[in-house]
Amino acid sequence: MNRLQKLFDTKQGDILNIYAPAGYPKLEDTMSIITELDRLGVDIIELGMPYSDPMADGKTIQDSSQIALENGMNLDVLFQQLSTLRENTQVPVVLMGYFNQLVQYGLERFLDSCVKVGVDGLILPDLPMEIYSNQFQALFEERDLSMSFLVTPETSDARCQTAAQLSTGFLYVVSSSSITGKSGNLGEDQISYFEKIQSLLPDTNKLIGFGIHDQASYENACEYANGAIIGSAFIRALTGDKELSSNIEEFITSIRP
Amino acid sequence: MTYNINQKGFYGQFGGAYIPEMLYSNIARLKDSYLEITSKASFKQKFHALLKDYVGRPSPLYFAERLSEKYECQIYLKREDLNHTGAHKINNTIGQILLARELGKTRIIAETGAGQHGVATATVCALMDMECIVYMGSVDIVRQAANVSRMRMLGAEVRPAESGSKTLKDATNEAIRDWIDNPVETHYIIGSVVGPHPYPDMVARFQSVISEEIRIQLKEKIGRENPDYIIACVGGGSNAAGAIYHYLDQSDVKFVFAEAAGLGVETGHSAATSILGKPGIIHGANTLLMQDKYGQIIEPYSISAGLDYPGIGPMLANLIHSARATVEAITDQQAMDAAFSLARTEGIIPALETAHAFAVLERKKFLPEDVVVINLSGRGDKDLPTYIKADLAS
Ligand SMILES: Cc1ncc(COP(=O)(O)O)c(C=O)c1O
Repeated sequence: MNRLQKLFDTKQGDILNIYAPAGYPKLEDTMSIITELDRLGVDIIELGMPYSDPMADGKTIQDSSQIALENGMNLDVLFQQLSTLRENTQVPVVLMGYFNQLVQYGLERFLDSCVKVGVDGLILPDLPMEIYSNQFQALFEERDLSMSFLVTPETSDARCQTAAQLSTGFLYVVSSSSITGKSGNLGEDQISYFEKIQSLLPDTNKLIGFGIHDQASYENACEYANGAIIGSAFIRALTGDKELSSNIEEFITSIRP
Repeated sequence: MTYNINQKGFYGQFGGAYIPEMLYSNIARLKDSYLEITSKASFKQKFHALLKDYVGRPSPLYFAERLSEKYECQIYLKREDLNHTGAHKINNTIGQILLARELGKTRIIAETGAGQHGVATATVCALMDMECIVYMGSVDIVRQAANVSRMRMLGAEVRPAESGSKTLKDATNEAIRDWIDNPVETHYIIGSVVGPHPYPDMVARFQSVISEEIRIQLKEKIGRENPDYIIACVGGGSNAAGAIYHYLDQSDVKFVFAEAAGLGVETGHSAATSILGKPGIIHGANTLLMQDKYGQIIEPYSISAGLDYPGIGPMLANLIHSARATVEAITDQQAMDAAFSLARTEGIIPALETAHAFAVLERKKFLPEDVVVINLSGRGDKDLPTYIKADLAS
């Protein structure tokens, strides 16, 4: 059992997952951000592997990815930075990126590197469930690496069931049909969608993501799932006017005072 | 062995649909319905009626006598430049707008590089009274300004893409994001044989009217359906796919694709995907892709906005990979020279994209009896500022 699965075994609600792009705002900030988030009680850290063409992400993540790439971030540097991860923290860490990054790095080599540094799971938005289950699932399971698939308001009930079955970390419930970075409030449609997912998949670990940006939207999401994922709002906070650790602390305490 | 698509949406190892869940329902619906809808008699009837009376098809197959003399072979030009809106792109947009209506969609989005696909999309949206939004790299908005004005006059909204190299790839990223945000009412009209399955096959089928006509026209003119060579320029590959479609599995017909070498293949300012690329995933398809060792996409460069793309359609990737087709990488300068040469030998000003195909004539030696069909994918009105600048400089 990896750290992600252990977390859900002991904690069923109010789970906060923070997304941060690796190598942003400065190349060397990756580990400091992880340890700071851990210190502040964040439950899961989702590290973005910066990609040149992140098609499922909005402007905030795209811009920060671009800066991280310009800073010199790549998968070799990332695994090097994470080589001391487990000396510092036991917080579950999930890597998020695009499938082409893994293919070019070498899929098995990539997964082995994840195991070696103590990464617990992956989110690969452009790897469809069918391709994963037909070709790659065994490679992940052998290594005790979790996968998380996404469902959206357009996902059929049958497909939601499949996504839940294949997701060994948590199911990623996309709050609306929308790319990351939009922040509105929950509408009636969203609430009935969350309720549908809840009744369809009562026993699945679920985190709601996309558009969660403040205490109210976070708490709202926690009512319909085990917790929530915050990405773009956190990235914007990282470059606030104080030093890095104060910016992080201020943001996290604004979400969970 | 066939070079056409298989049941799973692949051409050999190339193709597939590597898409986020947010696009799944739309792509799955297209995949499950495109063949059924487009093979209905009523659909075909509307499609062909519009191609005939609105686009002006069949486009002529013209024997280019002076060019043939110059290059000592039998050169025929497939005149897609004479289509309404000035390029082959409209064949596809007519098909897709009819499909979008069948699917009950009310809002259309598109990406464009040279602006020809944007104009062709804006045109069919005006015709069908549909909302139209075209994404275009801000670099391309400047270098293809005439087409931007045309799109706006036709009632489309042109939205600039400001990321990356601000060209076709980035416009495509923005269009995909728009579709993710607006999945219910919107159909995305992709302009080439790229993107996730079923787009490459669907677009190739709509464009295959080109090779269907070539067969009939050649038979009439020379008594046989098959030429010895078909030459086409390749951005994403839709005019090439259309010109070769009915000849895919006829090995006596050789295919030559002209790619944009930009300032030169080795200069770091190039879009010669099949030479510089390796298998990788772009815009939902596994294909040949310009990328670094970490899979980060390399920004391409070409003087021609329509060829300035770091990938290539999976059908063409497979043809090149299996040596069914050969590729010539043509520099900016060679394409410019070919455009001026065609203008003065045949009185035809080609699009900059198309000019790359004509530059192949300077490279390859043909036998006097060889029948060579060049797909004249578009006319050069949109490129006049570029041509004028080059003419003044020389
Ligand atoms: C006239 C013309 N030819 C060719 C192309 C390249 O596209 P494709 O390779 O899909 O034919 C374009 C694209 O804009 C074009 O406008």
